[in-house]
Amino acid sequence: MMTHTASTQSATPDAGKALNPEVPGFQQREMKQNKVRRTGAPGEKPNILGGLGGWLWLAVIILPIYYIVITSFRTSEDLRSSNQLLPTTNPTLAPFIRVIQNDFLHYFTNSLIVTLSTVAVVLAVSVMAAYYIARSTTLGGRRLFQVILLGIAIPVQATIIPVYYLIQQLGLYDTLWALILPQIAFAIPLSVLIIVNFVRDIPMELFESMKVDGAGEWKILTALVLPMAKPALMTVGIYQALQVWNGFLFPLVLTQSSDVRVLPLSLWEYSGQFGIDVPATLAAVVLSALPLLVVYMLARRHIVAGLTAGFGK
Amino acid sequence: MALPAVLFFGIFALIPLFGVVVISFMEWNVLGSPEWVGLTNWQAVLFDRPFTWTALGLTITFVVGSYLFQAPVALLLGVFMAGQQRYRALLAVLYFLPLLFSSVAVGLTFQSLFSPNYGLSAALPFDWLPNDWLSNSDLVMWVMIFVVGWCFVPFHGLLYQAGVRQIPQSMYEAATIDGAGRVRQFFSITIPQLRYTIITSSTLMLVGSLTYFDLIFVLTGGQPANAVRILPLDMYVTGFSSYNLGYASVIAVILVAIGLTLSLLLNIISGSSKMESDKAGA
Repeated sequence: MMTHTASTQSATPDAGKALNPEVPGFQQREMKQNKVRRTGAPGEKPNILGGLGGWLWLAVIILPIYYIVITSFRTSEDLRSSNQLLPTTNPTLAPFIRVIQNDFLHYFTNSLIVTLSTVAVVLAVSVMAAYYIARSTTLGGRRLFQVILLGIAIPVQATIIPVYYLIQQLGLYDTLWALILPQIAFAIPLSVLIIVNFVRDIPMELFESMKVDGAGEWKILTALVLPMAKPALMTVGIYQALQVWNGFLFPLVLTQSSDVRVLPLSLWEYSGQFGIDVPATLAAVVLSALPLLVVYMLARRHIVAGLTAGFGK
Repeated sequence: MALPAVLFFGIFALIPLFGVVVISFMEWNVLGSPEWVGLTNWQAVLFDRPFTWTALGLTITFVVGSYLFQAPVALLLGVFMAGQQRYRALLAVLYFLPLLFSSVAVGLTFQSLFSPNYGLSAALPFDWLPNDWLSNSDLVMWVMIFVVGWCFVPFHGLLYQAGVRQIPQSMYEAATIDGAGRVRQFFSITIPQLRYTIITSSTLMLVGSLTYFDLIFVLTGGQPANAVRILPLDMYVTGFSSYNLGYASVIAVILVAIGLTLSLLLNIISGSSKMESDKAGA
């Protein structure tokens, strides 16, 4: 740290860049330290407006979340008598218990089944399609990619009526299949796009040397493409899991009975069922977001890096 | 290798896309089977039902309003997150949180927060707060634009953050040496360099809010006085509450047409170098 500071003091801004052209972080740190020392030059003052805006937006983001959490520990009487924005003086777990006693775990399991199976199939079929498209030199491969890309622009909402008809005709209405199958389909375009971009970056030589060694398509897919495309698969998996876990329209239109109810729909039902029991409704909100929060905290770096790389291309 | 993906995509996405056009020419009330009625639905929805045009107007207000709110906030937030401010890393973690909540969860939260009886209005001593935010037909559109923005600004902020990080730092160094201030650098370097991110993000925002449904349905159901019954909601209510799936399909086809036109327009605006990179990719 000492040597770092010493070197920046003697060096011009360009020297740092010349020394370490391949490390962007280093370069940025140089800039920052120069900024601190050379205050007064235009554009190098601390970004006060930006900072204020940043904190203001943080307040906008956090307030509702803070409100759900503190309210979910209240009693209904407490909700009416005390200041809503201060934590309650007698926190209670009763709202959570009411929610769990109302089949929450059943709905949770349904969501888990739908999300995991959708994501597993999406990953499997998308990586296969992406490999085919990325390696294909034929017109057919290119056409296929164009059609799949078109799919990104197809709004789910606009096709829900035929999907409803189809699911009815297939006899799948009000089953978990009705949620899994269409969601796989609508997840494919974006997933294929992200994975194709990634598979294309795998050096040609690797494919060729595997071919020379006599590896078949399947072997190349499992031994080369899968390990190399792992970051893209993580991005796709997490993003689609978020979409499916939180999806509302398909469950709303394609299911009916509480046997196959998933979490977002159960929240909707709870809000009707609990009526004015606001703490229980918000406790259900907290419980339904908790798994994603845990995943986010454990895998935050992967999620953010994956999302930015996946959509930045 | 591509066969399973093609099958899924074809059966549950591509065929329904054509299917919705076909159903728009049919009369179907869910229970019976669909019957061909030609242009009757189209005639009815476009000409005999003034509300269609009201809903289109509301949709345009919602799309434009959402864009004008989300785009600048997301852009500034992305630039801010890509910078070097103190606590930036912590802020970026927290900004992400709305993405983890389902639209129903967000809806229920704001319903409670905006309630005239408890929530914010009971907690803060401002006279204007105990407004019935969601039942006031003059306000509800703006409330919805805000809540939907609350959900989607973080994602677009993330896109912009990634975009800003790819701008070569040397451009800013050179501009600083030339005496360009922060504002000048923002408009002369950051914005032009971000043009593809801006196009991507704008497409997602515009088409996204054009077809957005979940939160508005949960929070208002289109009430009061149909003040936020935008086309996607109009489609749902017409189809699955009034059981007129033929009419609903007409509305769906209109939505697809507007959405595809919008994406194509934005693609054309994005210019030739984008097309080149598409060709290089294909």
